[in-house]
Amino acid sequence: MMHHKETLGTMLARCGFGRRGLLKFAIAMTSSLALPPSVAPVMAANLAKAKRRSVIWLSFQECTGCLETLLRSSSPTIDQLIFDFISLDYQESLMAAAGSAAEQTLREAMAANKGEYLLAIDGSIPVKDGGVYSLTGGRSNLSMLEEVAADAKAVLAIGTCAAYGGIPKAYPNPTGAVGVEDLVSNKPIVNIPGCPPVPEVLSGVLVHFISFGRLPELDDRKRPLAYFGTTIHDQCYRRPFYDQGKFAKSFDDDGARQGWCLFELGCKGPVTHNACASLKWNGGTSFPIEAGHGCIGCSEPDFWDAGGFYTSLAGGSATGWKSAGIAAAVGLAGGAAAALSTRIATPLEDAPASPPEKTPPEKTPPDKLP
Amino acid sequence: MTLLAFARGPALQAAVLIMIAGICWRLAGIFLLRRRKRFALPRASVTGRIGGAFTTILTRFVPRRTFWPRIAVSVMLSGVFHIGLLIILLGGAPHIQVIHQVTGLTWPNLPKGLIVIVSGLTLASMIGLLIRRVLNPVLRLLSTVDDYLSWLLVFLPVLSGVLLSGETIGGYGTLLALHILSVELLMIWLPFGKLMHMLLVFAGRGAMGIDFARKGAAT
Repeated sequence: MMHHKETLGTMLARCGFGRRGLLKFAIAMTSSLALPPSVAPVMAANLAKAKRRSVIWLSFQECTGCLETLLRSSSPTIDQLIFDFISLDYQESLMAAAGSAAEQTLREAMAANKGEYLLAIDGSIPVKDGGVYSLTGGRSNLSMLEEVAADAKAVLAIGTCAAYGGIPKAYPNPTGAVGVEDLVSNKPIVNIPGCPPVPEVLSGVLVHFISFGRLPELDDRKRPLAYFGTTIHDQCYRRPFYDQGKFAKSFDDDGARQGWCLFELGCKGPVTHNACASLKWNGGTSFPIEAGHGCIGCSEPDFWDAGGFYTSLAGGSATGWKSAGIAAAVGLAGGAAAALSTRIATPLEDAPASPPEKTPPEKTPPDKLP
Repeated sequence: MTLLAFARGPALQAAVLIMIAGICWRLAGIFLLRRRKRFALPRASVTGRIGGAFTTILTRFVPRRTFWPRIAVSVMLSGVFHIGLLIILLGGAPHIQVIHQVTGLTWPNLPKGLIVIVSGLTLASMIGLLIRRVLNPVLRLLSTVDDYLSWLLVFLPVLSGVLLSGETIGGYGTLLALHILSVELLMIWLPFGKLMHMLLVFAGRGAMGIDFARKGAAT
C-alpha cells in the first residue's frame, strides 16, 4: 500500500530498486529524453525526493486502446512503477467508484490539487450539436474538459484522438470531433499521439515532469521532441534497403522475405514521427514494420484520411476515369471552338484560277532530283 | 489538411484534369488547323510517306556536321538533360510506382544513388543551357517568358527530387509535398507552353517527314 507522503525513492526501495537501480533508470531516461548525461544524477536525486503527483484522467470519444496499452505491461520495470507512483485520482475505467460517488471523487481531487494536477485526456471531443454525442453522467465531454482543464497544471493529450481528433474526426466526422489543442489554449499541452501511443513516451514525459517540475521540450505540434523529432523511416532497420532501391513488391515475395523496404506497399514511415522503430513494443520485442507490415502513420494528424494504407506515398488519389473523360471532352470542345472561330475570322487564301491537270506521279530516281 | 495531403489529393486531381483538358484543347486546335491546299503533284520518293516520317524523326537526333562546331556544347548539354530526365523518370522507384498505379505496368528500378547522380548531371546541364540562353544574344532575343518558365518548371521537380532523396532540408513529408506540387505545376503548364513538345515533337517531325517525302526532298 502506498502512503500519500511517501517519496518515489522510498517506494522504489520497497519494491526492490535501490539507489543504483534508480541511477541506472535515470541514465536510461536522460538518454531517452535526449538530455545530457550529466543530468542523470540530478534526475535520480530529484526522483528519489519526488512526492506523488495527482493525475486526473478523462476518457472521451475513444476505444480504450490507449489505456489498455499502458496497462498491459509485460514486467514491473521502473517505467511501470512510475505509473504506480502517480496518484491516478480519477479514471472511469479503472476506479471502483461509479455514478455520483465517482463525480464526488473528481470534485475532491480537483479541489485538493487545484492548479497542480496533471490532466490526462484520451479520446477526441465531439463539439457538434453542443457536444451531445459523448456524455458522462449527463455532462458533455466539452463541458467536462473546460471545467477540469481550468485548474490543471498541464494537459496530456494521450493518443491520436486526443491529440488531433483521430479516427472519430475522420471524414465525414459526424460528431464534429476535435483534439484537445483545438479547445484548450491557456494551458501547457503535451500531445502524445499514436494509435495507441508508445507507453514509454508517457513515462518519459511523467519522469521529466516529476524530476524537473516542467514539461519536456516540444516540437511545433506539441509532441515531446526527444521521441517525435525523427520519423519512423529515419530509425527503421529497413532503411538501408530504401537507400539501395530494394523494395518488396508484395507481402510474400522474395523481397519481403529478405526484409526489404515496404515503401511500395504503402509504408508511411517516411512521414510519420514516432519512436516505434527505436523503443518498439511489448518490452522492445518488435514493431509493425519488423512484423512485416508497413507503418500506417497512426501518430500523424488525419492519418485515416491520408490515402489508402497500401497506397505508396509516391502515388496519390488521382482523378477517376469519368472526371478525366469530362476534362477531355471539355478540352476537345474548347479547342475545336477556338480553331473554328479562327477559321471564320481568317480569310481564305486565293486559289489558282485553273489547277493543273492530274497526271500520274513522275517516276524520277532520287539521285536525279533537283 | 496537411500540405502533403493537399499535394496528393485535391492538387493532384486538379493538375491531372487541367493537363488532360489542355492537351485535348491543343490537339483539337492542331487537327482543325486550316490546311494549305496543295496544287503541286506529289513526287516520287524512295522512302514513301511513312518511311519519310520515321526517317525525319530519327535524322533530327543527329545534328548537321556543318553546324557542329557552333552547336556542339548545346547539343551535348541538351542530350544530357533529356536522357537524364528520361532515366530519372523511368528508373526512379517512386516514379515507377506512380506509373504502375496509373497503367499497371512495372519494371525494376535503378539504385537511388545512381538516380541522384543522374539528377545532379541533369541539373548541371539545365543550368548550362540557361546560361547559354542568357549569354547568347540571338537566343536571348528569341527567348520569351515561355522559355524561362518552362525551364523553371522542369528544374524545380528535379531539384526538389534531389533534396527529397537526401532529406537534407526539411522533413521527408514537406519535401515530398513540395516535389509533388512542383510536378503538378509542370503538369498544369505542359499543354499551354513549349513543354507541349513532349507530346508533339515526334508528331511534328513525322508530319514534316511526310511533307518532305511528298515533295521528294531529302530529309
